[in-house]
Amino acid sequence: MSVTRTRRRAAFSRFRREYRRQRAGLYGAAILVAAVVLALLTPLITDPAGMDVTKATGAKMSPPSLDFPMGTDESGRSVLLMVLWGSRVSLLIGFMSALLSMTIGTVMGIAAGHFRGWASAVLMRITDWFLVLPSLVLALVLAAILGGGTSTIILAIGVTSWASTARLIRAQTLSVEARPYIERSRALGAGHWHIMTRHVLPNVAPLVLANTTLQVASAIVAESTLAFLGADSGSVSWGGMLRGSYDWGAATSGAWWYVLAPGLCIVAVVMAFTLCGRALEAVLNPRLRGASR
Amino acid sequence: MTVPPDTLLDPGPAADPAAGPGKGRGARRPVLRYALAKIGGAALSIGMVIVATFFLFRLIPGDPAIAYTRDVPLSPEQLDLLRRQMGLDKPLTQQFLDFVTRTLRLDLGTSYEYKRPVTELIADRVGPTLVLVGTGLVIAVSLGLWQGTRAAWNHGSRFDRFSTGLSLVLWSVPTFWLGLLLLMVFAAGVGPIPGIFPTRGMEDVDAPGGPMYLLHVAHHLVLPCLTLVAVVYAQYLLVMRSSLLDEIGQDYVTTARAKGLRDDEVRRRHAVPNALLPTVTLVFIHIGFVVGGAVSVETVYSWPGLGLLFYEAIKGPDFAVMQGTFMVVCTAVIVMNTLADVAYHVLDPRVRSA
Repeated sequence: MSVTRTRRRAAFSRFRREYRRQRAGLYGAAILVAAVVLALLTPLITDPAGMDVTKATGAKMSPPSLDFPMGTDESGRSVLLMVLWGSRVSLLIGFMSALLSMTIGTVMGIAAGHFRGWASAVLMRITDWFLVLPSLVLALVLAAILGGGTSTIILAIGVTSWASTARLIRAQTLSVEARPYIERSRALGAGHWHIMTRHVLPNVAPLVLANTTLQVASAIVAESTLAFLGADSGSVSWGGMLRGSYDWGAATSGAWWYVLAPGLCIVAVVMAFTLCGRALEAVLNPRLRGASR
Repeated sequence: MTVPPDTLLDPGPAADPAAGPGKGRGARRPVLRYALAKIGGAALSIGMVIVATFFLFRLIPGDPAIAYTRDVPLSPEQLDLLRRQMGLDKPLTQQFLDFVTRTLRLDLGTSYEYKRPVTELIADRVGPTLVLVGTGLVIAVSLGLWQGTRAAWNHGSRFDRFSTGLSLVLWSVPTFWLGLLLLMVFAAGVGPIPGIFPTRGMEDVDAPGGPMYLLHVAHHLVLPCLTLVAVVYAQYLLVMRSSLLDEIGQDYVTTARAKGLRDDEVRRRHAVPNALLPTVTLVFIHIGFVVGGAVSVETVYSWPGLGLLFYEAIKGPDFAVMQGTFMVVCTAVIVMNTLADVAYHVLDPRVRSA
């Protein structure tokens, strides 16, 4: 037991050392930590009453000023306040749907790689089906049918975005299962469950981690797109704010602050996740290690 | 909705050399068999779309007759008649069989919002979408492949770093937001910049006739097309770049250089053709992503295509139109994919000349 622990600790410190070399990954991580801390602190440092349209104090659609550093929206609410509260919804949906998507993708990928014959063929058929279909369109249909709500949006994004992960995990599973120690384990009487959870899963876990980070990025984009196209969760999110800005003609009437603020937040957070994901992948994926990408 | 750029690097089944035909047999037969297998797979996928649609749209809470005719006041007798017309009084298996037969006959039901058959509505909107997506794809593919090639060939250069950085940024930008920005700057005008492009639609009421009409539409097309290209081409750039980087390390490239070929000949005649094939396949595999982008772009610019029809159906909600558009779009994507897959198999010399 202690041997494993020492080895794990050594692996972890090696991981930390290598990750520190990824400069872009460090910037990404810094932005992420800042965004998550701000989102968590929002209820403590701001007053939610400002989010109530009936209690808004500012002038309608007024440009940035000292009182409202990011201007106000169509009903006089502070855009800064909305961006802060919106970050909670956007990040929550991003994290949860990425988690759901990765869970489905990992289970499907390992199963499709481990089992042979018709079971694998059926699983891959389903995976390819989801891979090819326009996931945004499918997610919109799901959200429209199931009705609004945070959990519906999480479900809609998670269920439609796992296919590429499953492909990746399956490829890795196949390469892990070709190693001799799996055969040895099988000869010693290990069952499917034992091989999949004790041998394959630990080996694909690093890939899953890197992919989850990238998945959060695309889930946040997906959430904002769904909200913009009218499938929102009912609470203010960055995508929902952009929906509001479009409905009130902010882009065509010159209310640039209303369009820029939420959009730049999305881009910053999504880029941060992407940079982290790529850095993680460069460190963890043996295929890419040392490659000039 | 986006696909992480790194997952694009997985070449997928079509690029797997083991999937090619064995040696010794004529080249035509295996290609034909491959094509038949692919077409069979596509038919199965389309079947899955129809089955999934049937069960998905049965998940709508409440009475379907009311859900489908939302906002249309109907008397109880009319509702009863409608329920019988929709076959809601029949057992589920019968409903399912009726649905499949009607769908295969291209009868996609009637929209109660528009009071017209869904098939007609879709037929009206296909043209504008093809114009937008077609133009966008041609530009995005040529630009992406060109820039990706240049970036990979001089990898590590300033151009390469700029290209990779730009595609990373573009990949993080939601399509609709980029559309809003372009709309704000180039259609509404910001500060000293005047609005030079129209804000919405494909044509104005006072559109000119004759050849000037094409110019008129092209003027409306600029911004939507630009938005779609910006978001889509970044992915092609990344894929082409990494695919060519893989080729650069190969022995045959070294051999070509050793023969004394000029640098651009090595690139054009040896490396790029090999890097191109997997890239083109990936371009088609991710056509579903382009369709998603088209929905956003058409919504922002009110471009009267399928995407806008779908968006309006979601907003309604008009379930009949939603269901019809969903099936048509999915089928189109599956067909495109299959065509690309088969074409790839016919074109790839590594497979053809076995």
